[in-house]
Amino acid sequence: MKKGRLVVVGNGMVGQRFVDALRARDSDGRWRVTVLGEEPRPAYDRVRLSALFDGVDADELNLHTPDPQVQLRLGTSVTAIDRARRVVATTAGEYPYDALVLATGSYAFVPPIDGVDLPGVFTYRTLDDLAAIRAHARGRRRGAVIGGGLLGLEAANALRLLGLATSVVEVAPRLMPMQVDTAGGALLRRYVEELDVACHLGVATSALHPGPDGSVAQLELADGGRVDADLVVVATGIRPRDELARAAGLPLGSRGGVLVDHTCRSADERIWAVGECAAVDDTCHGLVGPGYAMAETVADRLVGGAATVPDADTATKLKLLGVDVASFGDAHGTTPGCLDVTFTDPATRVYAKLVLSDDAQTLLGGVLVGDADAYPTLRASVGQPLPAAPLALLAPAGAGAGAAALPGSAQVCSCNAVTRADLDAAIAGGATDVPALKACTRAGTSCGSCVPMLRQLLDAAGVGQPRGLCEHFDVSRQELFDLIRVREIRTFSSLIAEHGRGDGCDICKPVVASILASLGTGHLLDGERASLQDTNDHFLANLQRDGSYSVVPRIPGGEITPEKLIVLGEVARDFALYTKITGGQRIDLFGARVEQLPQIWRRLVDAGFESGHAYGKALRTVKSCVGSTWCRYGVQDSVGLAIALELRYRGLRAPHKIKSAVSGCARECAEARGKDFGIIATDAGWNLYVGGNGGFRPRHADLFATDLTTEALVRLVDRFLMYYIRTADRLQRTAAWIEAMDGGLAHLNAVIVDDSLGLCAELDAAMARHVGSYSDEWRDVLEDPARLDRFTSFVNAPQVPDPSIRFTEERGQRIPARAGGTGNQQPVGLGTPEVRR
Amino acid sequence: MTGQPRGWTAVCPLTRLDPGRGMAALVDGVQVALFRTAADLFALDNRDPVTDAYVLSRGIVGSRDGVPTVASPLHKQAYDLRTGACLDLPGVAVRWHEVRCRAGLVEIRLREEA
Repeated sequence: MKKGRLVVVGNGMVGQRFVDALRARDSDGRWRVTVLGEEPRPAYDRVRLSALFDGVDADELNLHTPDPQVQLRLGTSVTAIDRARRVVATTAGEYPYDALVLATGSYAFVPPIDGVDLPGVFTYRTLDDLAAIRAHARGRRRGAVIGGGLLGLEAANALRLLGLATSVVEVAPRLMPMQVDTAGGALLRRYVEELDVACHLGVATSALHPGPDGSVAQLELADGGRVDADLVVVATGIRPRDELARAAGLPLGSRGGVLVDHTCRSADERIWAVGECAAVDDTCHGLVGPGYAMAETVADRLVGGAATVPDADTATKLKLLGVDVASFGDAHGTTPGCLDVTFTDPATRVYAKLVLSDDAQTLLGGVLVGDADAYPTLRASVGQPLPAAPLALLAPAGAGAGAAALPGSAQVCSCNAVTRADLDAAIAGGATDVPALKACTRAGTSCGSCVPMLRQLLDAAGVGQPRGLCEHFDVSRQELFDLIRVREIRTFSSLIAEHGRGDGCDICKPVVASILASLGTGHLLDGERASLQDTNDHFLANLQRDGSYSVVPRIPGGEITPEKLIVLGEVARDFALYTKITGGQRIDLFGARVEQLPQIWRRLVDAGFESGHAYGKALRTVKSCVGSTWCRYGVQDSVGLAIALELRYRGLRAPHKIKSAVSGCARECAEARGKDFGIIATDAGWNLYVGGNGGFRPRHADLFATDLTTEALVRLVDRFLMYYIRTADRLQRTAAWIEAMDGGLAHLNAVIVDDSLGLCAELDAAMARHVGSYSDEWRDVLEDPARLDRFTSFVNAPQVPDPSIRFTEERGQRIPARAGGTGNQQPVGLGTPEVRR
Repeated sequence: MTGQPRGWTAVCPLTRLDPGRGMAALVDGVQVALFRTAADLFALDNRDPVTDAYVLSRGIVGSRDGVPTVASPLHKQAYDLRTGACLDLPGVAVRWHEVRCRAGLVEIRLREEA
């Protein structure tokens, strides 16, 4: 079969989605695809553009994966479509087509205001726009945004984050006029003004005036008012880019856009249009969701399918300037005879409105400001009978009705068109947790707002919910923690007698040992507690495959004096320990027998070393880059902060190990985003990232707070760690903890920043206790003969070293002589490279 | 040597053992893992048969469905303290030995074969 030539004009979000969708469907390769993109870079996530100001790299917004079957021509502008010859002309030559897909998107509309072309006036649409805004903002103090819609408020937040005093000018009498109604807009305004963003509503901008340097300095308003601003962003809407279609004689919509039918085909049967440049039913959509639906439709049609574009879902939910705003369905109540139910709570500052059918039986739409928790359930219920009484649905953070009340036909995940019935079928088919549901239905894999509903549906089906810790305790680790803390239980035997059964096991005993240690209740090896410890904690060293142990002294921040380095070398030499540099910037000494551990540590403690807790579920290291002391790029003292943090949190026992790092600039040499808590220096202070992970399932940490002072940073990390220690499951790293948390990062933020649970004082006090009571575990062992007695090879022959620990030599060091039972691997050899002289 | 009954060897005072914890002992050149629970004493070979490392005495002692157990500190397989049978891997077992306490002293008598 001869391949058809498919040309796609535009490599934005929808253009890329179209190519991906087509490639996924075109299994017999009937199309040869050429993509022509005007921007110099491939598709990126324009919806998350503002994340750049939160410290996200432009690379992370990338949506394009190279595909050898797709020819991508970037920096190529299409100049004309010749429909008779079926050729598109570009600045770089002609491309013939059998099918042409226009995904040209839209441009930022700039109203014809005097002075709008002054230097310092920007639009807010591309990576280049944002780079230009960032560059111009340097050294400037005041910014203004013309336009108080969704994009305008995003731009206003960006200007705030750049340190500018910010004003918003909106011609409509309220903010976000397209999405919210008058009352919702009034509440939104209060929230926004509290962030020191000045709002000028119901007034047009009549002119922009330059300052002495020729760039913009002041806005003149239609009511005669003046707003000083030396950087202005124009965010007054978008217009479809339909000029190619217009010039080619294709019919356009009444307000622009390539007029297409329900299959996205234009009047020319070989030309299709998708996304913001397409007018379906004479309407253009500026949201990505409807654009994606169009992309999928055309992809299906081009491989012989019969898809049509579904009704556009214009529901939106977003967090603007820290305020949740959502609107869905007929938010403005334009359906004839419809009824409004509104809920206003001045105390919690929540506004909600539901629009109901004239018989008050069917949900048509709604608006939420301040608390959008009910959004997923409500959006899924549009067009359905009300799942519960209206006030129950609106009660803030209330139980509401939840997903369990939805009918089977309700769409739970609108991004991927997954219904309640689809999810119930997946649960019946064996999906027992959220990841499994995501994998088999794709629900929750795009915007993620429906994930709480997935959990509710699992609950409703009674599957996959957390059980007790082990056969000895029916409660979770978190409940155990609270029991021990509140009832001041100090021994395992009294705990299991009162709250468990049997004798315990290798699951519950270390958990209780860790909780007792987190609560700061004495030394690991005292009394009954010694028997609870895993072997690593019992010998305060790391068990290796041959039964020997390794020793890792703490080297805070990876900084070490030559004298101490020499001591490590001498100890390693004298005990013939295999020596290796770890990934956490310290030194691991291998091959020690239990009875040697106290002798080794006597030498180390005398030289000023302390336990590195490499053996514990505890803070490991705070890694650092070189920082501003030496590095010519560094903007803050990353080494100093890393040392301070490592000393603050050393010895802190947790549900799992905790790793951290501090980078002295955005180059991120310390790899802080792979850590449980990572810190990256900014010009103004520190950005805090949480929930990163290397290991089996790598995860980049999420940005949690920006431009913190050292004091504010430490307070947040204190609370983050203590909240983690109190509430995480056994062996749950912070990444999984946050992912499993209801409400995720927003919930974490509410608890440790806004103190929504009233816990902060307690968390702060708990950390203060830890810091105040820290003492080096190894020094404490060396000072106590009863503790030292445990470090014995044989109870009846303490003078005899374990004969099973034997060594051979490799690359000049001692290694275990016998291969362990698991993985009898051969040494790796790649031949000896020859060195030319 | 085979077939010849061995005698009891005293290894340590009972007070040297913590309830809920093990210790290694050397009896006739054999490494024995000695355990004390709340009410009993047990002895197994110290060698973890899965990894070939001599570490069982350093495992966590507990119970599973009422069976007294020790979990290997390397990969956490549980062994029945009474019989040495591995509860997680069918067919795997370690040798068990006789142990008793007489006049405050713990004594071990090796068993020849599993």
